[in-house]
Amino acid sequence: MTERPSNPAGSPAELAAALRSTGYLADDGLATAAYLAMQMNRPLFCEGEPGTGKTALAQALAQVLGAELIRLQCHDGIDASQALYDWDFPRQLLHLRALEAAASATGETLDADSVEASLYDPRFLLARPILRALQTSPSVLLIDEVDRADDEFEAFLLEVLTEHAVSIPEVGEVRAKEPPLVVLTSNRTREVHDALKRRCLYLWLDHPDLQREIQILHSRLPGLPERLAAQVAGAVRKLRQSDLLKPPGVAETIDWARALQLVGARHLDVDSAAATLGAVLKYREDADRIRVQLDTLLAS
Amino acid sequence: MGPTVTPQPTDPLPGLVGFTVVLRNAGLAVTTDRVAAFLSALDALDVTDRAQTYWAGRLTLCSDPDDLPRYDQAFAGWFEPGRGGRTQVRDERPPPPPRLAALTPEDSGSGDEGSDSPQIHAKASGTEILRHRDLGELTPAEREHLRRLMALLRPEMPQRVSRRLRPSKHGGTDPGRTLRAALRNHGELRELRRRDRSRRSRRVVLLLDVSGSMEPYADSLLRFAHVMVRRAPGAVEAFTLGTRLTRVTRELRMRDPERALAAAAKAIPDWSGGTRLGEVLRAFVDRWGQRGAARRAVIVVFSDGWERGETDVLREQMSRLSRLAHRVVWVNPHVGKDGYAPVQGGIVAALPFLDDLLAGHSLATLERLLEVVRDA
Repeated sequence: MTERPSNPAGSPAELAAALRSTGYLADDGLATAAYLAMQMNRPLFCEGEPGTGKTALAQALAQVLGAELIRLQCHDGIDASQALYDWDFPRQLLHLRALEAAASATGETLDADSVEASLYDPRFLLARPILRALQTSPSVLLIDEVDRADDEFEAFLLEVLTEHAVSIPEVGEVRAKEPPLVVLTSNRTREVHDALKRRCLYLWLDHPDLQREIQILHSRLPGLPERLAAQVAGAVRKLRQSDLLKPPGVAETIDWARALQLVGARHLDVDSAAATLGAVLKYREDADRIRVQLDTLLAS
Repeated sequence: MGPTVTPQPTDPLPGLVGFTVVLRNAGLAVTTDRVAAFLSALDALDVTDRAQTYWAGRLTLCSDPDDLPRYDQAFAGWFEPGRGGRTQVRDERPPPPPRLAALTPEDSGSGDEGSDSPQIHAKASGTEILRHRDLGELTPAEREHLRRLMALLRPEMPQRVSRRLRPSKHGGTDPGRTLRAALRNHGELRELRRRDRSRRSRRVVLLLDVSGSMEPYADSLLRFAHVMVRRAPGAVEAFTLGTRLTRVTRELRMRDPERALAAAAKAIPDWSGGTRLGEVLRAFVDRWGQRGAARRAVIVVFSDGWERGETDVLREQMSRLSRLAHRVVWVNPHVGKDGYAPVQGGIVAALPFLDDLLAGHSLATLERLLEVVRDA
């Protein structure tokens, strides 16, 4: 990828074309959302069923922008020191001991203020993803599964996302030369606070339609036979409508097609489907239910 | 007014802002900064392109998948040529504030009665008796009194250990604080500072059956849910179960109980209808439970367990729920009555998966429920 300034595309359509060249097929809404996120310098909040390509979008955008992708995986109890920065305490202590040893050897006395200043030197600063994204430009910051973090963390994000800067008491303010493109993803396990959503562009991702899913399969698995791609996409579509505990996402569609390729299937029949069902259904109850009605599922 | 032919060709702004007003009336949370974002999004796009205008609005003015159908409808109505949508809606301004839902007639009626009847305040022992009265058999005056008692409940949330570390006397060393303490002594390490996992509220999920057979209790239970949600807005989720599943957490977060209840009642489309408990529970577990709301949470189901359909679905869903949840508590108003035996199909199916089966037909039993939830 060539190094580009902030926006490689002059319109959503051009951006969609650029994304397509990385293997990510974006529809109108998605391309417009990503385009606006760059133009308006706003975070993009992607919500949708698992497996609809939220995380992949951030990866594709980073590729299009020729930017580094910096990922922050959120979890329960994540806090600022895991997201922003931390001090390298062991090295600070060693440094302190080294100063003391040097001072006692030469017989001079240490000045507490200058010792402290030398301890909070940027070289002892451990940059965590958000700080790293502010220091790196261009960069794409992916804040993944923000719905797993708790309310306090969301409040903390608000500040970073609007200011594009963080202040570290001992060092001062770190401001991004060029704000990173921020993509937040959520699986809706919990309602994210409206204050956070208000600062973002809101993109709801649905499962792709049949044609697009076939295209995705071809772009991800270049050697896939035409007929197998259409059969897999069609079968997954039916699976999504059949009231499963975990309806398959696009990632599962790709997995399934790849599994079928690996077992050497030229087309999808009851035997090959039964052998590879584990790639697409992730619950025993679902697999049991579908296994007995495979022939109706595959009849097109 | 006659049909206007593309009004104000020079300035599209009033038309666009008018569109946001329509959305606000349709119930979307359209704030001023969202309108500003919408306009600046259009700035970056081609306003004359219908699809781009559509997406500019959808990306900036919506914030929830439930908003999307309403947005689509409003967009079609506003930007569809030849419907005269523009003039018609602008004449209706200023629009009524959407949240100013009036109290339901029943509420205001019994409220008046309550304040007009001084004997409630006179009887000191009345409160104690009222605490044990069946919520389904109260007079309007008693109901009003009970509302006040209910507002005084102070639920405590169950606790769980968090992954977050807090300064503490016990636990592992905290290098940051230790080092800072050492610096005050010119680098001499005199004492180790420690940190330990903090405690946080465990999530509580209330599932309220609002079908016909639960009608006498529905109002009181919603009030109870309001008290719980208000106590810990981030940690309590409330849903109603009827012919369908409705999430009422957002409505119940309003401070004023009457407005919160009116809003919740408005959100519930299937008030006192039938139940298909199993299927509605499945909707809950699929849409919310499995994704996170029920994980390691305390689930409280308020229902009499009347299940018309087959109980297989209910059994299966209760089993899923019990595997996801930390504790499942079933509250059945009939449990507290003489001669009750858990023989209804629904409750028989659910029983093996319950940690507690409680009464919850009176204030006293609801207080007992709060204890169970606190200790969960």
